[in-house]
Amino acid sequence: MSDLVEPAIGRSKTSFINDPKVRSIGLQLIALVLVVFLGWMFVDNARQNLAAQKIATGFGFLDNTAGFGISQTLVPYSETSTYGRAFLVGLLNTLLVAVVGIFFATIIGFFVGIGRLSKNFVVRLLSTIYVEVIRNLPPLFQILFWYLAVLSAMPSPRQSINLLGEVFISNRGIIVPRPVFEAGTGYVLWSFGAALLVVIVLHYWSRERRAETGRGLPMLPIGLGLMIVVPFIAMALTGFPISLERPELKGFNFVGGVRVIPEFVALTVALATYTGAFIAENVRAGIQSVSHGQTEAAHSLGLRNGHTLRLVVIPQAMRVIIPPLTSQYLNLTKNSSLAVGIGYPDLVAVFAGTTLNQTGQAIEIIAITMGVYLVLSIITSVIMNVYNKRVALVER
Amino acid sequence: MMKRLLSTLALAGACGLAAVGAQAQTKPAKLDQIKAKGFVQCGVSQGLPGFSTPDDKGNWTGLDVDFCRAVAAAVFGDATKVKFTPLSAKDRFTALQSGDIDVLSRNTTWTISRDTSLGLNFTGVTYYDGQGFMIRKDKKVTSAMELSGASVCTQTGTTTEQNLADFFRANNMTYEVIAFATNDEVVKAYDAGRCDVLTTDRSGLAGERLKLTNPDDHIVLPEIISKEPLGPVVAHGDDQWFDIVKWVLFAQLTAEELGVNSKNVDEQLKSSANPEVKRLLGTEGKFGEGMGIGNDWGYQIVKTVGNYGEMYDRNVGPDTPLKLARGVNALWNKGGLQYAPPIR
Repeated sequence: MSDLVEPAIGRSKTSFINDPKVRSIGLQLIALVLVVFLGWMFVDNARQNLAAQKIATGFGFLDNTAGFGISQTLVPYSETSTYGRAFLVGLLNTLLVAVVGIFFATIIGFFVGIGRLSKNFVVRLLSTIYVEVIRNLPPLFQILFWYLAVLSAMPSPRQSINLLGEVFISNRGIIVPRPVFEAGTGYVLWSFGAALLVVIVLHYWSRERRAETGRGLPMLPIGLGLMIVVPFIAMALTGFPISLERPELKGFNFVGGVRVIPEFVALTVALATYTGAFIAENVRAGIQSVSHGQTEAAHSLGLRNGHTLRLVVIPQAMRVIIPPLTSQYLNLTKNSSLAVGIGYPDLVAVFAGTTLNQTGQAIEIIAITMGVYLVLSIITSVIMNVYNKRVALVER
Repeated sequence: MMKRLLSTLALAGACGLAAVGAQAQTKPAKLDQIKAKGFVQCGVSQGLPGFSTPDDKGNWTGLDVDFCRAVAAAVFGDATKVKFTPLSAKDRFTALQSGDIDVLSRNTTWTISRDTSLGLNFTGVTYYDGQGFMIRKDKKVTSAMELSGASVCTQTGTTTEQNLADFFRANNMTYEVIAFATNDEVVKAYDAGRCDVLTTDRSGLAGERLKLTNPDDHIVLPEIISKEPLGPVVAHGDDQWFDIVKWVLFAQLTAEELGVNSKNVDEQLKSSANPEVKRLLGTEGKFGEGMGIGNDWGYQIVKTVGNYGEMYDRNVGPDTPLKLARGVNALWNKGGLQYAPPIR
């Protein structure tokens, strides 16, 4: 083709200024210079004016002592830690909610989405009610409901609900025993890892054998058995190095054990159920996009309903489900900033809240916070796009 | 959140664009801006009984609110020429820095970092306070030293958060802090039993106790763990406006000291022979002119809002639901800390 077109353009005849290529590059260069100049002017003026008002600037504050407490910290943090450390604590708390929330939202979404298409009337009705109610209420309202309404109904630590004698539920959260690791734990962990490796190898071997002979191993009981029995033997040999530290009621609160704070529970439950309702609709749309002929074909091959869904329908539905699913994951991550309404110490509450107020460096802190959400969203998008490429229909 | 983002954008925008082209010198004086728009924009609390609360008709009452009215009276001779912006603790300084509000009168503690690195000027102390703890009576706690292990609810973006950390650290006690964005959320969570203790300034505790389901089931512990001088704040960079806001409070204090109040001010204006009263009410000297406002500024403040004592008794005094005795907030010659430099 190009051989035919090229002589027609005739580079020598058009003047330099009328060359579309030169023009477009020139215009883009001018636009770029303008944008960079405007950005530079903005930053420079902001700096001058902040200096004129004697407002502190720069990122040096990140090394100053924070001096405030945080109720949930995944990394060691105390009042003597720096604002930079507080930033990390807030970021990890945000990530924790996002990851746990996405995990449960996906499970809820898939089950409810399939339930919406169930032949069973009750399942279909319940799924529809769930989606329509949850999807149409504002998320902040749902978070407040899970926090205040459910919290008020919980007993005080002294009267806490006791499950199995080990888990305590009260208005201070859910307290579970903490595993304590003593010498010899390493052997147990190694044995667990070894068992896991064996199970994985067995799984692939069994799959190959099934493809060849049509008969595989019953992997579920074998796998579970190996994973439980081997570490147990290791524990018995090393004299049970892993014990449980039981929470005890002392004074105001439980001492010992691991505590899941109610703010975290309320936020995660609210976000998972809310986003789950949207994911359910994506899943339903995805399944309905697979033509009924596929199901019939699978049935005529003798596949049962479960197998048809798992092996034929869902793999084809995935390519419709994934792109909007990405948006829902991003929504959940961003909605986690509503945490500030119930006192969960996420990035916005700890960093764009307390830290901003104490240091007064609004521009720097808001910029960092926006940058973090942007990076989180982009990472999620990239991962989901890679996955999408893998499940997309390969067209020839 | 939205509000904060807008304020920040406004701050960034104001700082970034104000000086485009010409330099910052062209910015008109705050007083001229206020006179041009016709009202004082005043940042207040979103709802703290005794200091600033709106009633069901949207009328604001409280000590902080009355101070804003006194500023409006001084500038315009009309206490109604003021608009209120309700602000959460963490949004308040950004609003002031960005110029969204002219003066912040929101039970704000005067500290060195706020006075310097935040770019603010505290104009005085309208209420000398200290941080305290409130707890349920049935916990049978009588002293803050017994609070080890307690869960504490407080508002984020306050000095309270840091004092709390200092207090528990200094006394080797453990605690868990749950910080909320607004007062109302703090009170709701405390009422729901999420925490054992609610902490804030003691005047705030008196006000917030009234919002609880059964106020009588709660007590305020005797310990005062910090100094909390609460006062109005203006932004750096305009000395004239700083002077006006500063002297409004001094005028109210001077009026109380001289026995001039909203009921007798007209009579005093006509008949008083005391030169101090004459200077306060503007019949002698031209002190208002020196600040760029009317010479009758003192008269207008006392006539429409009253002196400091009247303002105190009306909003937080012993006859109000808050029942706060004058204590350290009495005038210096009555055993308190309130002291105004002379008007001369």
